Amino acid sequence: MAKDQPHLDTSPHVSDEVRKTTCYMCACRCGINVHMKEGKVAYIEGNRDHPVNRGVLCAKGSAGIMQVNAPSRLRAPLKRVGPRGSGEFEEISWDEALEIATGWLKPLRETAPEKLAFFTGRDQSQSFTGLWAQSFGTPNYAAHGGFCSVNMAAAGIYTMGGAFWEFGQPDWDHTKLFLLFGVAEDHDSNPIKMGIGRIKERGARMIGVNPIRSGYNAVADDWFGITPGTDGLLIMALIHELMKAGKVDLDYLAQFTNAACLVDSDPKSDSHGLLLKDSEGQPQVIDRRTGQLAPWNGQGVQPDLSATHRRAGVTHRPVFHAMADRFLDPQWAPEAVADRTGISADRIRALAAELARVAFDEAIALDREWTDFRGITHDQMIGRPVSMHAMRGISAHSNGFQTARALHTLQILLGSVETPGGMRFKPPYPKPHTGHPKPHCKVTPGAALDGPHLGYPQGPEDLCLTQAGGPARIDKAFSWDNPLSAHGMMHMVISNAHAGDPYRIDTLFLYMANMSWNSSMNTRQTMDMLTDTDAHGDYVIPRIIYSDAYSSEMVAYADLVLPDTTYLERHDCISLLDRPISEADAVADAIRWPVVEPDRDVRAFQSVLCDLGARLGLPGFVNADGSRKYADYADYMTNHIRRPGIGPLAGWRMGETGLQHGRGEPNAGQIDSYIREGGYWMEHVPEGAAYYKPFNSAYQDWAVRMGFYDSPQPYVFSLYSEPLRRMQMAAEGKGAHQPPEHLRARLKTHMDPLPFWFEPLGDETAQGYPLHALTQRPMAMYHSWGSQNAWLRQIHGVNPLFVPTKIWQEHGFAEGDWAVVSSPTGSITVPVAHMAALNENTVWTWNAIGKRKGAWALDADAPEATKGYLLNHLIHELLPEKDDGMRWSNSDPVTGQAAWFDLRVKIAKAPAPQEAQPAFAPVASPVPPATETLAWKVGK
Amino acid sequence: MTALPETTDRKLGLVIDLDTCVGCHACVISCKGWNTENYGAPLADTEPYGADPSGTYLNRVHSYEIQPNDGPAQLVHFPKSCLHCEDAPCVTVCPTGASYKRSADGIVLVNEADCIGCGLCAWACPYGAREMDPTAGVMKKCTLCVDRIYNENLPEEDREPACVRTCPAGARHFGDFADPDSHVSKLTAERGGMDLMPEQGTRPVNKYLPPRARDAQMQPPALKPVAEDAKGFVGWLDKALSRVGGG
Repeated sequence: MAKDQPHLDTSPHVSDEVRKTTCYMCACRCGINVHMKEGKVAYIEGNRDHPVNRGVLCAKGSAGIMQVNAPSRLRAPLKRVGPRGSGEFEEISWDEALEIATGWLKPLRETAPEKLAFFTGRDQSQSFTGLWAQSFGTPNYAAHGGFCSVNMAAAGIYTMGGAFWEFGQPDWDHTKLFLLFGVAEDHDSNPIKMGIGRIKERGARMIGVNPIRSGYNAVADDWFGITPGTDGLLIMALIHELMKAGKVDLDYLAQFTNAACLVDSDPKSDSHGLLLKDSEGQPQVIDRRTGQLAPWNGQGVQPDLSATHRRAGVTHRPVFHAMADRFLDPQWAPEAVADRTGISADRIRALAAELARVAFDEAIALDREWTDFRGITHDQMIGRPVSMHAMRGISAHSNGFQTARALHTLQILLGSVETPGGMRFKPPYPKPHTGHPKPHCKVTPGAALDGPHLGYPQGPEDLCLTQAGGPARIDKAFSWDNPLSAHGMMHMVISNAHAGDPYRIDTLFLYMANMSWNSSMNTRQTMDMLTDTDAHGDYVIPRIIYSDAYSSEMVAYADLVLPDTTYLERHDCISLLDRPISEADAVADAIRWPVVEPDRDVRAFQSVLCDLGARLGLPGFVNADGSRKYADYADYMTNHIRRPGIGPLAGWRMGETGLQHGRGEPNAGQIDSYIREGGYWMEHVPEGAAYYKPFNSAYQDWAVRMGFYDSPQPYVFSLYSEPLRRMQMAAEGKGAHQPPEHLRARLKTHMDPLPFWFEPLGDETAQGYPLHALTQRPMAMYHSWGSQNAWLRQIHGVNPLFVPTKIWQEHGFAEGDWAVVSSPTGSITVPVAHMAALNENTVWTWNAIGKRKGAWALDADAPEATKGYLLNHLIHELLPEKDDGMRWSNSDPVTGQAAWFDLRVKIAKAPAPQEAQPAFAPVASPVPPATETLAWKVGK
Repeated sequence: MTALPETTDRKLGLVIDLDTCVGCHACVISCKGWNTENYGAPLADTEPYGADPSGTYLNRVHSYEIQPNDGPAQLVHFPKSCLHCEDAPCVTVCPTGASYKRSADGIVLVNEADCIGCGLCAWACPYGAREMDPTAGVMKKCTLCVDRIYNENLPEEDREPACVRTCPAGARHFGDFADPDSHVSKLTAERGGMDLMPEQGTRPVNKYLPPRARDAQMQPPALKPVAEDAKGFVGWLDKALSRVGGG
């Protein structure tokens, strides 16, 4: 260094200690290194060893330090003193808060447990909160999946025993073509970015199918700016083209799917549409070796994709014949769908041909021997290196379930699921839909529910219905309205509870769900429902308990607020019983632990539930003598036993001869082991078990050893879905369990055992609303959380409505203009901005940037509260009245998934108002005003 | 006025891959976090929860739309921080010598003890890469994490700028451009790495890799129908299966 240059210490002290835990700035669950100085958080970076993020970290994760010091953090339990919705509270002690809650809940449990509705939002402890609700005895429990992406999960599980994100991922190491449908800028955040980086480095290609070309779609090699809600139509056309050209993997289809299973094809038969089964209930195929019937899983059986079978005058055809009937129909031809999808027939044909070229002409083979469940040994693993991923963009439509089914059908026809270069499941997935619990709803006052709330119905007998055939659950999940609502329907809870339909409740208990704002459709009316009173002046929803760490909009609508800690101050387990963090090559779970102590009177919600459970005497939360079972959530994580040898955490369990993983008894030092090893546990899938997992004996044996299930569960993919057919048969009048008349036609249509596309359900009443309106979550924000974060809100502090060129010019918009945006439900007045890289009939904005004045410790003149807005005001939770006077839920008819993205609008230029409309009166803030400058440095 | 070194032993800098950058802002916040806690004064924010939040960032991501004559519009994400120019006008303009370019590695720094907050350097920088801290009143800029890249208190693999370590898409690369065999030199050569605004004559060290061509029409061999309808398909299927033999 030159003499005249200043001396610089290039090795300054970095931190006193690094504490490794799991991020919770979004739902990705990356590993983080929290650098500590003098007991405070000094810096957060990614954990290089962690399976999810391998050292990288997104903007949200690095901004976690600003979440811990956020002025929006609640400080103590709150009791409402003003009218509901005013935000007027007094701080009370935890003893008082828990006594109030116990006083409300205990009588309910003893007389009518269903009068508690417990819904938990973006909860990462559902196997625990679900257990608590089950022990309480209410059937009314779910988390936020119903208003998020249940179509993706349910279609994946019913079709192939796994889905995207925490269930499966592209084979980033081998894929040559990656097709991304309908993913905004999240889900799954860092792994997708890492994967895109890796495939680009290898020279592999990526195609984006999305109305909006931002984020991942901005770096796609090709972009298909599809019309919202028509992804299924495009996919049907791709399948049509591939089948018509015979470009499908016949070998794979015969061996590993139910394409060869025989279906009763006689419409007059009582079992029309059901699979032919032997006396043991096993579906039958024709074995090509003998030409005779054989069970699908018989040793050495070679299923025939084409042979039919006639028995007792009834013809049974293989599923594949029915698929040919469905997919070769000219209604799915590229030229028939081009106008509606906004993609030309030529481009659809080229895309189909490109999929075929890569899948079959660029096939790869790994020299790894493996043996399938029929005992047949294969000397290679053949790969079709086309991978796909999708999320809310295709699933948050009323046709999302069948669209996701179509997408999985496309993947399977190409032979690219669980094969090299395709899509791979993450343990404990794959798991057949028959291996999941069924939903339970049987209420006994003073006792636990008869089983877990959520699951995968196999037929009408598994629905959650009352004696009279009506919905047993407050959200009407698993009723004839939405039979396969595997994640519940949180978006219907407030509306149904207010209407007393199907019945009235007493206490609404919510966790981490901003239901009076961005997490509800029809936000203004939701606020009215929460504050509405009856003839006696009592609230229609009598009691509301809410737990949140922050001063969210929902806080103002609670009678009792239980303040949660932040993610850096608590124990959590990201469990194999729930939504684990596994990768395709490894099973993994993780913990959070208090890397800092809270500086205020807040408690981790899960620990509060342990306390409340004991006060209520819930089974599983008290010992035989009635004493409290779990001191806190950490105690539960260590000592709860779900099945013999299986607990919330799979790592470092106690075996007969020492510590072991997967199965084992509780180990008092388990959490210490997790902390020592970086906050997670991981075990690699054996190499011979890495692909073909549902069919691969080596994988099945390993899965049993690990405790995912107790016996091998090989299965084939359900291209034809029998549970759907069973529901459809009921609608046709067959069987003991019959739907109400007004739903018959809808069920007949929608419970189709083969995928199809239909126009989104709201479209017929959206004439005159020519535009589609969407939201996207930016990469640097997580639902409503980002705006309270001083660093992140400087990136996304405003959310103009982005308008495509054609509409921009038609209306003569200029920079700085405002517009009235209307839907059949309502209208909003908002700032607009031009965006060219956008489907020409679509407008969109960032999700959940708009904030209510008084919430989140933002100043009343913060842009989020003056220019920010929600599209939610335009979306009703019910569709307009039908001819029969009925209003259907604005949801997928199969799963109940909230159809956020079916929204249709019209737009008109408007004079600039003072503020975005509708504007709402401020709520009183339960926390003090924020600081005016910030220069956060904890070290000296 | 402050002099630049005639040469530097190394030329440390970044390669930023515009083909891969998804615009996630991970680098922006990682930088904010590290540099708030480390080198010099913390990066302050005024009105952090108010009407006009305004903070110091050493690295920002801008997004631009491109409308080709034929083909759909494209969006390019463009992260920008100090480019550590060889002819750095921000250094030569500095009246106190606070702005300087290190002769050892070419990193352009501000010695905050000597900075009087006059702002001339920010005015001289054609890239807008310097920001006056509103609280400390000193000029802040990218240090290329000079307190990380040589830091013996960090594991060796972490001795790279915070933005590079955190980038989820792998769009940021750090290295020595004086070494033709370095990863960054090779990437620049292979991918046609570019200077930002070369006409300014600043000779920036950082390079940008341009986005690969997008929306090239796919031209795979057209699919040939084996059948027109389901009946024809089953006929084809039976023939195809008979060719496969007994499996």
